[in-house]
Order: sequence, then structure tokens, then C-alpha cells
Amino acid sequence: MAFTQRHLLGLEGVPAPEIIAILDTAASFKEISERDIKKVPTLRGKTVINLFYEPSTRTRTSFEIAAKRLSADTINITASASSATKGETLTDTARNLEAMRPDAIVIRHPSSGAAHLLARHASCPILNAGDGCHEHPTQALLDLLTIREHRGDIAGLTVAIVGDVLHSRVARSNLHALRALGATVRLVGPPTLLPKETAALGAEVHHRLEDGVRDADVVMMLRIQRERQGANYFPSLDEYSQYYCLTEEAVRLAKPQVIILHPGPLNRGLEISSAVADGPYSVIMDQVTNGVAVRMALLYLLIARSKSEGASEAAADAEPVAEPARRTGARA
Amino acid sequence: MSERLLIAGGTVVDPAAGTARPGDVRVEDGCVVEVLPPGTARADGATLVDARGLLVLPGLVDMHVHLREPGYEYKETIATGVAAALAGGFTSLACMANTNPVNDSAAVTQYILDRAKVANGAHVYPIGALSVGLAGERLAEIGEMHRAGIVAVSDDGQPVMDAGLMRRALEYTRLFDLPVIAHEEDRHLADGGCMNEGVTSLRLGLRGVPAAAEEVMIARDIALARLTGGRLHVAHVSTAGGAALVRDAKARGLRVTAEVTPHHLFLTEEAVSGYGTNAKVAPPLRTPADVAALRAALADGTIDAIATDHAPHHEDEKAVEFEHAANGVVGLETALPLALRLVAEGVCDLPTVVARLTVGPAGILGLPAGTLAPGAPADLVLVDRDRKWRVEARKFRSKSRNTPFEGWEMTGRAVATFVGGRLVCDDRPAAAALRSAS
Repeated sequence: MAFTQRHLLGLEGVPAPEIIAILDTAASFKEISERDIKKVPTLRGKTVINLFYEPSTRTRTSFEIAAKRLSADTINITASASSATKGETLTDTARNLEAMRPDAIVIRHPSSGAAHLLARHASCPILNAGDGCHEHPTQALLDLLTIREHRGDIAGLTVAIVGDVLHSRVARSNLHALRALGATVRLVGPPTLLPKETAALGAEVHHRLEDGVRDADVVMMLRIQRERQGANYFPSLDEYSQYYCLTEEAVRLAKPQVIILHPGPLNRGLEISSAVADGPYSVIMDQVTNGVAVRMALLYLLIARSKSEGASEAAADAEPVAEPARRTGARA
Repeated sequence: MSERLLIAGGTVVDPAAGTARPGDVRVEDGCVVEVLPPGTARADGATLVDARGLLVLPGLVDMHVHLREPGYEYKETIATGVAAALAGGFTSLACMANTNPVNDSAAVTQYILDRAKVANGAHVYPIGALSVGLAGERLAEIGEMHRAGIVAVSDDGQPVMDAGLMRRALEYTRLFDLPVIAHEEDRHLADGGCMNEGVTSLRLGLRGVPAAAEEVMIARDIALARLTGGRLHVAHVSTAGGAALVRDAKARGLRVTAEVTPHHLFLTEEAVSGYGTNAKVAPPLRTPADVAALRAALADGTIDAIATDHAPHHEDEKAVEFEHAANGVVGLETALPLALRLVAEGVCDLPTVVARLTVGPAGILGLPAGTLAPGAPADLVLVDRDRKWRVEARKFRSKSRNTPFEGWEMTGRAVATFVGGRLVCDDRPAAAALRSAS
């Protein structure tokens, strides 16, 4: 077993064997969701808290289903229902949840680094379900699983990620993981959303959609946030769409066996045309299916690992969060 | 006060003369009488202070601190800030106006001075607000505050975005020969950023403040200094480009000065990599190239002063999401050893670095400090240059603990601080404590 992470805060710096271990585990869990009785007792008696400070249907539901299929008890806390609106700090929330002895906490939060903050105050595994503009590691892992199913080995593939890279946690997590597995990553978008420093992260940078998708094996579209137009990142959604909407015409520039991914929810006709989203090369629904399997795998791996450490290692949990990415990363 | 001291056996650093040599300092009635060659002075009834193995420096001057009183006494009080200063070797402090109420009136200025008198330690010099309420709209009553004792004006922390207001401030302060201290950061370019803009901010998904946010404002204010003949002091320069602009302005003979913080001389944006909020400061920590340029600017005199921007914050204001954490670090108790490290790393020699901590800032603010000339106030600090210690924030005299240098191994520290000839802080081993020579 190659998996050694205590938390899943991000994919930056996570080595390839660990990513592959997650994908292999997820692949083996997929079958459970095809059964008549979609439940195994693996995490019976375990408690998983879903702590969501941002609205999310897909990710929260996916995590909840994943936990339930492993027989864990799940508690959903959403920002509107929690004490967040009463002004409790994330640190205090972490301490309170910790006192109730959960076996894992899944957190989505609008601030980059929120999962790190939580991990400093909780001893159970933390799964980052999206922190600000930083990372969304489970999304990238389900994307990788989907790509692997359709295209086999990820090494050597050319993957184009198109859209608001600057603000996209999906793009960051995918960039790190795809690079770890040996893919060539192209980031595509207007210069306002794709700063010149991007190349230092190890990606090819393209500003024209046509250049970015040409001969690509995989095209991953990012959701464009409507509020960006007010901040002058581009003049209007209409103009954005004219330059960056993935149409069938653009898809024809990619390799014939190209697959199209999108993390959802879709802005149809804005960043992706309906013909493409619903077309034969679209694997968007496979992504959703694989999301459950990937989250089952991560809950299993993280909770099983923290359990195997046992009480004798409880003290080690008090140490600062292991952040494999931090020291090595971007300087190289 | 008639006590006489003879501080004997140390190495006396005279930053004005650029020298560091063995000598004995004779003090009488709270003032320096003379510095004598070693062994030539006679105790002659004076209290002998054994300075063997120690540096004898003029008391350090920090021209940029936040003492938080009135209004934010949970972060720091004038008394605790002064205690931290004395422990760090500082005997003169200039405190910023972002208190509550803001120091934009003579009454608040007077209150700060009264509280400083009660604290009875370091000299405290208030800096008045440039604009009413730091709102950046109308000039504060600078003349009335000047009469009450301010030494500069500044909206520190609130960049003056209105160029017209800045122009008037630079003009009007000529009446009192007061410097205008500017936090140079274009708000539209900073755009809510919380760290340096670059590959690290991109990686962390944090909004960045580009170096250009500082550079355009320094360039603007240098142009306004030329227009008005006013005195511009650039607070906490953080960028190579900013330092170059100041160097150029000085070469053109403009009345422009600048300061740099210890954290900008030692840390880069990498310090925030794990979302550590104790490295969140404004202006943000920049790149290794900026650090190198700031060090060069300090050495060549482009930068006149090392100032800590001592900014105490309560733990609760830092134990939050990075983007919501308060900006600032405490610096009074770590500045001197870091300055000595600059000498050890070959950035500049000892008299130069001491000058940046004494005569440099004292000259900008017109303070009677930073020199051991005969007749100067006997504000002195004895420094054990070899003392090794480890930074532990819990041991700080400051009320706050927000240091980015926790755990750093330091060499050198202030071991005894005198203000007006009075021993106000003593950290010497007992064996070397004051002893009287009959």
C-alpha cells in the first residue's frame, strides 16, 4: 500500500504512487455502486462530517453517498445551518467538532487554506472538498480516474484545461496531479485569467482556444463565474463566450479520440456548447459516477490509515500537518 | 538627577562618525559627558558599569511602531510596547496614528504623551494622522498636533489614494518641517490582495498584491515631493523597484527618505506557503530578488532607517483563514539581533547598521537621539554580540505574539538599556550586574 497521507489537503507534492493507489482503490470500489444493495460494512461505526461553507449540490451529495455506501454515519453541516452565521471562527468550529470525535471531516470553504487551518486544530483526517481558489483534490482525482478509464495510461497525454485558471481550484489540483503522472498540461484562457507566472508551475500557456485544444487528448473546460465580468477580467460574458466557448468546431482541432470533461455545473452556451456537452466525446456523466468511487476510496484510505495508527500514535497527530508539497514545489 | 556612571571596557559604536572602537563612556546628569580612550577614565566616585565584551550603542530609534493605545489595549499598551522596546534595545519610538480614536487631534496626541510619561521608559513620539480619521479626505489639524508634539504625519496602513490630498499634505507640512510618511500601495492594484503577487500566490490560490502597487505610488509621491518641496518618507519599502525609485529621487536631490523592516530584509513570500498567518504583512513579503535589492539599498544609504513596523495583534486575529487574518508582525524584540545578522552576512558593517537604527531615523524625525556626542541624552544600550538565544514569542514583553521568527536561533541581544542615564532594562548575568566602585 503506497498511501501515506494523513489528510487530503491538496495534490501538490503528492507523489505518483500515492495518486495511483487512490485511483486503483477507487476503481475497485466502483463495483459496489453497481450492486443491488449498494452498501458494504467497511466504515460501520465511523462518523464523517461534511462541513460546507459554500453551496454545493454535487460534491456534498457525492461525499454523502460515498460515506453511506461504506456504512459510515454522515452529518451535513452547511454554512447557513451552522454557527458560521453567528460569527464562530473556523478554529472554534474545528475544536467543537473535534470534541465530538468524528473519524473524518470533509470541508468546503471559500477561503484558500481553510482545510490547512482545520487540519491544524483537528486530529482526524481532513478531506479538502475545495478551498477558495487553492485546490479541489477529489475533483482532480475523479477526473484522472475518468481519463484513465477512457484513455489508459495518463503519462504522455496532452490535457488542455480551459477557462478561469486564476480562480480555479479544479485547475490547480489537476495540474499538479496530471504532471505527477506524466501528462503534458496546457492551460488556456485570456491573459487576465492566466497570469504570466503560470508557466512556472510547469504548464504550457495558451491564450487562444484553438492553439490550446489542437491535437489534445483531453479537453477540460472550467466553469466561468458570472461575477468575473464585473471585475474587468473580460468585458462581457458574451465576448468571453465568443473566444472560449468549446464548440464542435473547436473540438475538431483536437485528436479524433478526444474526451471532454467539465466539473459542473455547466453554463451551457457560455463555456461549452450543448452539442459538445451532450456529444459522443463528452464524459461528464462518467466524472459524476467516478466521483462517488474516488470519495469512497479516500474515506476508506484515510480513515483506515488513521485507525491503523491507533491510540499509540495519537500524540503524533498533534504535530504540525504534514505538507509534502510545501518545501519542494514551485521553486524548481 | 545627579548620578554619575562610567560605562567601561566596552566597544563603543559611534554611528555618526562611523566608528566602533574600545572606549569608556562617562555619563552625568542623564547626559553623555564624553567618550574616553580605554583605561584613561577614572571612576572617581561614579557607578562603574562593566561593559567588557559588550558593544555600547546609542539607544536605538524605531520610527515606525504601533502601540495600539488608545483603543486596542488588548493588543498592546504604551506600557507593554515600551517594555518590549527597552528589552530590544530601543529607547525612542515613533508611534502610528491608527489608534481608536485616531490620533488626528492634539487631545489624542497629548493623551499618548501622558500615557508614555506614566510608562516611564522609552521616549515616545506620536505621529499624527495626515487626514481626519485616516479617511483620506480632509487634512487633519496638523498644526495643532505639531504644537502638542507630533514628529511626522501619516495615514499609515491607509494609502493616500487622493493625489491632490497628498500634494496638499506635502505642501502644508513644510510650515512645520514635518515629514509625510507614506504607506505606498495603490489600492486598486492591491485589490484586496493578501500576499505578494507571483507564482507563490498563484500556487496557493491567494489574491496577490503586485510590486507595481508599491512602485506606482512611490513614483507618484516622488513627483509630488518635487512639485511641493515637501519631505516624503517612504515607509517599509518592500520592492526592488521601489528602492530604485528612492535611490533615483535622492540622486536628484529631492527630500525623500525611506525605511525597511527586518522582516522584508530576511523573509520572502515563501514564508506564507503553509498559510502561516504570522507571515501576513502589508506590504507583503516579496521575492529573493527584492530582499537582495533592499539589502543593497540599506547598505548604500538609499534606505535611511530600519524600522520594525511593530504591529501587535491578538492571537484570535491571526488564528483565522489567511485572507481574513490581520496584517502585521511584532518586531521590537527581534530587530537588533536580525540587524546584527546583516553584519554577519556581510551586508554592511556594524557602524552602518547601527546608523540605520539610530542617527538615520532620528535625523528624519528630528529627535535628540541616536548619538553619543557630548551633551546628548544618555540613552544607551549594551549589546552582547555573541549571546545565542532562541526566539520564543511566549517570552516577549510585548502583549502580542505574532512573530514570523518563532524558533529562529539568534546571535546577539541587548543586555542592558539606559534612558537618560537610568538603567531601565537589565538582562545581564548576575555576575556582571551593576557594582559600585567606591
